[in-house]
Amino acid sequence: MSEPAPRTLFEKIWDSHRVLDREDGQTLLYVDRHLVHDGSAPAFELLRQRGIAPRAPDRIFATPDHYVPTDTRDRAAITDDRHRGMVDALEANTAAAGIRMFGLRDANQGIVHVVGPETGLSQPGMLIVCGDSHTSTHGAMGALAFGIGSTEVAHVLGSQTLWQRRPKTLRIKVDGTLGLGVTAKDVILAIIAQIGAAGATGHVIEYAGSAIRGLSMEGRLTLCNMSIEAGGRAGMVAPDETTYAYLAGRPYAPSGHDWDRELARWQRLPSDPGAVFDREVSVDGDAIAPMVTWGNSPEDALPITAHLPDPAAEPDSERRAAMEDAFAYMGLTPGAALESVTVDRVFIGSCTNGRIEDLRAAAEVARGRRVAEGVVAWVVPGSAPVRKQAIEEGLDRIFVEAGFAWREAGCSMCLGTNGEIAAPGERVASTSNRNFRGRQGPGARTHLMSPAMAAAAAVTGHLADVRALMAEG
Amino acid sequence: MQKFEPVEGVAAPMLRANVDTDLIIRIERLVGTGRTGLGQHAFEQLRADPDFILNKPAYANSPILLAGPNFGCGSSREGAVWALMGAGIACVIAPSFGDIFFANCFQNGLLPVVLPEAEIRALARETEDSQGVGRTRVDLARQVVVTPSGREVPFAVDARRREAMLEGLDDVALTLKRQAEILDWQARDRGARPWAWNSVAADTSPGAR
Repeated sequence: MSEPAPRTLFEKIWDSHRVLDREDGQTLLYVDRHLVHDGSAPAFELLRQRGIAPRAPDRIFATPDHYVPTDTRDRAAITDDRHRGMVDALEANTAAAGIRMFGLRDANQGIVHVVGPETGLSQPGMLIVCGDSHTSTHGAMGALAFGIGSTEVAHVLGSQTLWQRRPKTLRIKVDGTLGLGVTAKDVILAIIAQIGAAGATGHVIEYAGSAIRGLSMEGRLTLCNMSIEAGGRAGMVAPDETTYAYLAGRPYAPSGHDWDRELARWQRLPSDPGAVFDREVSVDGDAIAPMVTWGNSPEDALPITAHLPDPAAEPDSERRAAMEDAFAYMGLTPGAALESVTVDRVFIGSCTNGRIEDLRAAAEVARGRRVAEGVVAWVVPGSAPVRKQAIEEGLDRIFVEAGFAWREAGCSMCLGTNGEIAAPGERVASTSNRNFRGRQGPGARTHLMSPAMAAAAAVTGHLADVRALMAEG
Repeated sequence: MQKFEPVEGVAAPMLRANVDTDLIIRIERLVGTGRTGLGQHAFEQLRADPDFILNKPAYANSPILLAGPNFGCGSSREGAVWALMGAGIACVIAPSFGDIFFANCFQNGLLPVVLPEAEIRALARETEDSQGVGRTRVDLARQVVVTPSGREVPFAVDARRREAMLEGLDDVALTLKRQAEILDWQARDRGARPWAWNSVAADTSPGAR
């Protein structure tokens, strides 16, 4: 008998969820976990129109995050009727279908991509979908997780399956040791700057290498979260001791004998030696510096020590026109030092960087300092449990004493769908994932960076190299 | 969903790379369950510029968009597709698409066509050289784009997706015919790891007790 061919992590999960292969290359996949949020009303509506009920309510979990305010937990206090309507619709739809919802006052409420891993709902080897592009986050658990549209959400609700064309595989190896002040956020921004915003289109990324193995679970979640910003269908990290230690004891994680049996399965998931990827990319981890973005695509990322590019020096005319557009929108001067760019607002939070480790890193910088004159700085925990833990550790006091606003959990300023936006022309140092035009409000100017870098911007009033502040102590 | 009929009209070139779904429609416009009435908000941030391609009279009613690489990147919001369709666009031709946007197109009857960048530039030139009167035709049944000069450029599309679009069926309609196979898979997986099936039904969260 010949040895089975070596397979990648992705291939193992894909194979074990294949219901059937269609002759045109589409595969029907069975979905282990379906996460829904308050943007899912159109999908439930479509299902109702077809007279179909959710097929497997016990595999579906819900939490309101996109449309909730983060200054109150009182639903009645949501002043915008349309926003409150989205939150109400989620409650009505999940109650009618018998779907477990972590509501606004639930101890587990939060951003869906923080809640999944934190509750232990997202586990290695699972196929996880959600009607949100940042579902790639859950791949950090060693799962295959990706975002889908409304009609596909309805499809999964109705059938617990999804049609997919098998994506290609891309391994990104980051070897070396990350320097002081360099985090998972800097790693992913450096990767996107290297391969481009479409660099992984049509591919599932597996992150590997010593710098990735050395990341905490929170760091891996940040990394996989932004896979979509490189165009990736999903991002994954093979499960290992870090994963198991994170998962053990969480409310929905298996326990006792079930844990042992699942653990034995999980340990067989990592890519086999000799498994072949469609593409391989290497990134030098030692060379990564704290990064910030300057333009309207996440690929427009530079080390904080750099100067802004000059569109006039760009030979390609379309690229030059795009750069000129970005400079005009962002209100920046070609060639200026990044550190000279002043900020109006700071947002620390989101499914990218709203976890406890992110808040600790920001608090470390904020401790004993003051938010600069004229800067409005917010800390928005990614979930109620993160918020609770931060309070237990005294991080909220550090933030409040430094002049940051300490808020409730939600998506908040990441995407401007809940009324929490910047004013036109305001410049935001943000730990979120997208610097698209208008993402944080019409005319708002977003610079992406890590939580420590955002805290450094808050206390200095400009884009700043956090390493200098760390040296001050 | 409507059956996809051949599309013919002036193709509007908008070749910038990485046109994201926030640019196609602001999320603030996507509240409620409505899929209609979003056309007025399509490309809202760009519409303010009088030089924006779809503001030019020749292209104001273009049913075909010629786009740059990575069109529709970013969010999973299906509203991006609804907004484009609401603005009268039935087909987007680009060198590459954001994966989720691409899938969303097929669920709604907006045809995404992948062609090489050079081919799209040639198509844009033909249209511009015609002063915006040369018409492009996209025929899904024949899988060809017919350029203003009459050249036929073939394109690829998954066979069943093509069929579904021509018949006006989304995946929800197609999959309900495969119940037996889904039940088979469930039985196999339940046999392979019964404990996972037991635990999924048990609500162990503190809030549920």
